[in-house]
Amino acid sequence: MSTEVASTTQAPPVLEVVDLETRFHTARGVVRAVDGVSLSLRAGETLGLVGESGSGKSVLGRTLMGLIATGGTTEVSGTVRIAGQAVHELSGRQRRKLWGPKIAMVFQDPMTSLNPVRPIGVHLTDPLRLHLGLSRRAAKERAVELLDRVGIPDPRRRLEQYPHELSGGMRQRVMIAVALSCDPEILIADEPTTALDVTVQKQILDLLGSLARERQMATVLISHDLGAVEGRTDRVVVMYAGRAVETAPTTELFAAPHHPYAEALIGSVPALDAPPHTVLRAIDGTPPDMANPPVGCRYAPRCNRAQDLCRDQMPLLLDTSPGRSVACHFPVSVALPDVPEVPDGANEKETV
Amino acid sequence: MYMPDPGFVRGTLLRRGQLARRGAALLVAGLVAVALGLSGVLVAVVNPVLIIGGLVAVYAGVDRLVWAARRRRLDLLLGLASAWLVLLVGAAILAPVLPLGEHEDVAATITDPIFLEPFTYGDHPLGTNGAGLDMLARVIYGARASLTIAVMAVTIGLVVGSAIGIIAGFYRRKVDTVIGIFTNALLAVPPLILLIVLATVLDPKVRNMAIALSLLTIPTMVRLARANTIAYSQREFVLAARALGATKGRIMVRELLPNVLPPMLSMAVVVMSALIVAEASLSFLGLGIQPPSPTWGNMILEAEANDTMTEHPFILLVPGTVLFLTVYSVNLLGERAQQRWDPRGAKL
Amino acid sequence: MAGSGTAHLRESDDAVLDVRDLVVEFPVGRKQVVHAVSGLSIDLREGETLGILGESGCGKSSAGRAMMQLPPPTSGSVRFADTELVGLKPRELRRARSRMQMILQDPISSLNPRRKVKDLVAEGLAVWGYDGDDRDGLLRETLLAVGLDPEVVWERRPHELSGGQCQRVCIARALLMDPTVLICDEPVSSLDVSVQAQILNLLERTKDRYGLSMVFIAHDVAVVKNISDRVMVLYLGKTCEVLPSDGLESEAVHPYTRLLLASVPGAEEVAAGRGEAIVPISSELPSPLAPPSGCRFRTRCPLATERCAEEEPQLREVRPGHHVACHHVAVTAEENQ
Repeated sequence: MSTEVASTTQAPPVLEVVDLETRFHTARGVVRAVDGVSLSLRAGETLGLVGESGSGKSVLGRTLMGLIATGGTTEVSGTVRIAGQAVHELSGRQRRKLWGPKIAMVFQDPMTSLNPVRPIGVHLTDPLRLHLGLSRRAAKERAVELLDRVGIPDPRRRLEQYPHELSGGMRQRVMIAVALSCDPEILIADEPTTALDVTVQKQILDLLGSLARERQMATVLISHDLGAVEGRTDRVVVMYAGRAVETAPTTELFAAPHHPYAEALIGSVPALDAPPHTVLRAIDGTPPDMANPPVGCRYAPRCNRAQDLCRDQMPLLLDTSPGRSVACHFPVSVALPDVPEVPDGANEKETV
Repeated sequence: MYMPDPGFVRGTLLRRGQLARRGAALLVAGLVAVALGLSGVLVAVVNPVLIIGGLVAVYAGVDRLVWAARRRRLDLLLGLASAWLVLLVGAAILAPVLPLGEHEDVAATITDPIFLEPFTYGDHPLGTNGAGLDMLARVIYGARASLTIAVMAVTIGLVVGSAIGIIAGFYRRKVDTVIGIFTNALLAVPPLILLIVLATVLDPKVRNMAIALSLLTIPTMVRLARANTIAYSQREFVLAARALGATKGRIMVRELLPNVLPPMLSMAVVVMSALIVAEASLSFLGLGIQPPSPTWGNMILEAEANDTMTEHPFILLVPGTVLFLTVYSVNLLGERAQQRWDPRGAKL
Repeated sequence: MAGSGTAHLRESDDAVLDVRDLVVEFPVGRKQVVHAVSGLSIDLREGETLGILGESGCGKSSAGRAMMQLPPPTSGSVRFADTELVGLKPRELRRARSRMQMILQDPISSLNPRRKVKDLVAEGLAVWGYDGDDRDGLLRETLLAVGLDPEVVWERRPHELSGGQCQRVCIARALLMDPTVLICDEPVSSLDVSVQAQILNLLERTKDRYGLSMVFIAHDVAVVKNISDRVMVLYLGKTCEVLPSDGLESEAVHPYTRLLLASVPGAEEVAAGRGEAIVPISSELPSPLAPPSGCRFRTRCPLATERCAEEEPQLREVRPGHHVACHHVAVTAEENQ
């Protein structure tokens, strides 16, 4: 077991990812959807994974689960350790044993992730009987408890209902109950509220938060919505074009982002308390073609702080303070020696 | 079509040199196997296995060599399919000037051997049938009738089917109900009965046969066009076109038709093979072209007589194989064309 | 709440788009009817942006489409540029509404996948048979105006563009019709945050440059507030509240608007600070097949009383330019006066 990093006071991480790469071989070339990401997660900790579509955050989530593994046109390298076991060295059979008791996932679309022809109860009792070996009767009792816990009224009756009889929010609660059924140590929530209405989104996020606290579950919350991550996670990893560009404690990140991308992303969301018609800080351009990413910093073509160095050399993810790191040659609001002062040119493109 | 990199083996990428060496080895092994198979040194059963396995190995070897040299996948199948179709259509067009054996005049072949096995390297490369007619000549002349009828019937089916289907799918409501009743009624009549009725009404001419057979294809085409139209009508670009002021006719022709047609074309290719065989049953009923004038359909039917099938299986196998190769080639070409021109297929 | 009425309409008759008592109902199955929009009234002035805010199923998209007569509403009146659109013959309707254009939610699906950008943008011109010498020049100019480089995108098809670029093509296509009113139906909700900001800025710029009036339909409070001058909140096809967008987050009084505001991530502190965290009784949206009697929000409203079930609240002015349809709010406001 890994003894090198774990300090005596802290529990060893339940999830440890070192230099993870997920590559897809496509007709247009090799796409590095996840390109050298490392992170670790302790019991009870919540990690936010933020990025735009194409940033690789969902692929990362699925690779963590072991749902994406080497085979066919996909390659995974690096290590993912769940409870000390390297997921990608396990056989398919052994990996399946992890799903449920060790790690579970909540998906974006609660309609398509439930089988429309099977009642709610079956979705819940199947994993209980398979993984925990419960009897039919005990599994049913447990299912009722679970539905009750995720806030579904009249759980006993719901067991007989089919997915289409429930609203989107209720279906997502069922999905959470299914994920929790084997009491996992790690929960990966991939855009769990994107398909839901605004008033329901908050309730689902609150539910996930309270469940994680109560069960000391390590949670990875994947979202494109900064608002969903703010105030609900302990740490955030900001991803851009397959790479982690900044990791920081959540409050620190939102207070003072170091990476220009993180800063621009936070600035591009309209604030509720800003007056109407405020010009938003949009990020120019579009994310890079992942089959042919730019040399150097991948954000450089869109960055208003980019200099020649950025276009030549890929910045590494380096610590700026304990628990914070950023992959940028010229980070925002960090006092580094010999960083030339760049005027905050908002949206204007560099003319030089 | 997306084909994975052949150099990508068990999670690691081979270098070019390695790939080229593997390719060369496969190629040599394949050639040896084919040679062994053809020479007939070994037991009879092993020979076809050797030949087929050898050809596969040769293909895989060439494929790897081409990839190592030019980073492009070799689409051998596509080349073979195109070559076959060009050859077939060319031969059918040029049939009267080609040095072929007798294809329909039974009187002229009275002295020729009957049921001559194919590949005997004589005057009849594909053998002769029960009347001593040359099978190769019959296949080529048959292609003229069969292909013309099938293509005509499918074209009629496509045009009529897409027009009716798009109208039904676009207007829905009463129009759709009425059209639905007609297509379902047409589908409910067993094809054989329909053809017998038509056989009594129509003269046996190529045009009439095409019309009769197109009746079999129209209901399927209507359904397909209707289903796709309904799906595409709900896409926002149709709404956007209406907001711009486009008329209904314009939306059907300019917005819906280009999207509805490609799946129908794929369907048409499949339907064509069924029609070639269906044309044979028309001949059988007396509506089609009468033997001994050859069509692929009535050549296949010849095998039904008495014990022909058991004693001379090639009577069935020759036209059957030609039909199979043709349909397979057209299918493959259609598939590749769709991938090439389908905007969505282009994305990974 | 969730009431009807026309009290919020302003008296002057300079509205470019005047919608009265718009009702949209769809028949489903046996004798059942979806009440998508029930008695919506709107007056849109020149140069104004009206935001329509609501959850999915509140009828905001149906309302937007009914204004375009796609399909025409069940009843009500839509006056655009002094022409009554409801009941117009198809031929006249096409011409009359050509200067009212629409931007839809899914930009990729809004473009015919088999066309190139040059044809997509020119679609409106082609429909109306415009073929002047300056046609290509006009197209290029409009593409530049929406931030696309004509040289780059001219020959491309929608799947070769990003979502944001597709939305720009849609905007260019609409602009070529020389519209006076632009109806935007969730134009940014399927886009990434950074692109969303680009498109919102673009819409704002375009509106000024082309002198447009806009109806902006969305579910995101912050987005609607950012782009609108006035905001109308819809719930199950009824109007809850109409108010100026400036100061919306603190001035809104309708329980449903407060619920929406409290659901905005990060807004918990604001709501808590005001001591009015709205806790909905049930998170289930009632079926639009059989909406609740009286105030349609009462089944989820913490303030609901018997009166709400019996009597439908009418829109009332609580302060100049701010109208609310709620029995309880109206009372408190009167007391304050």
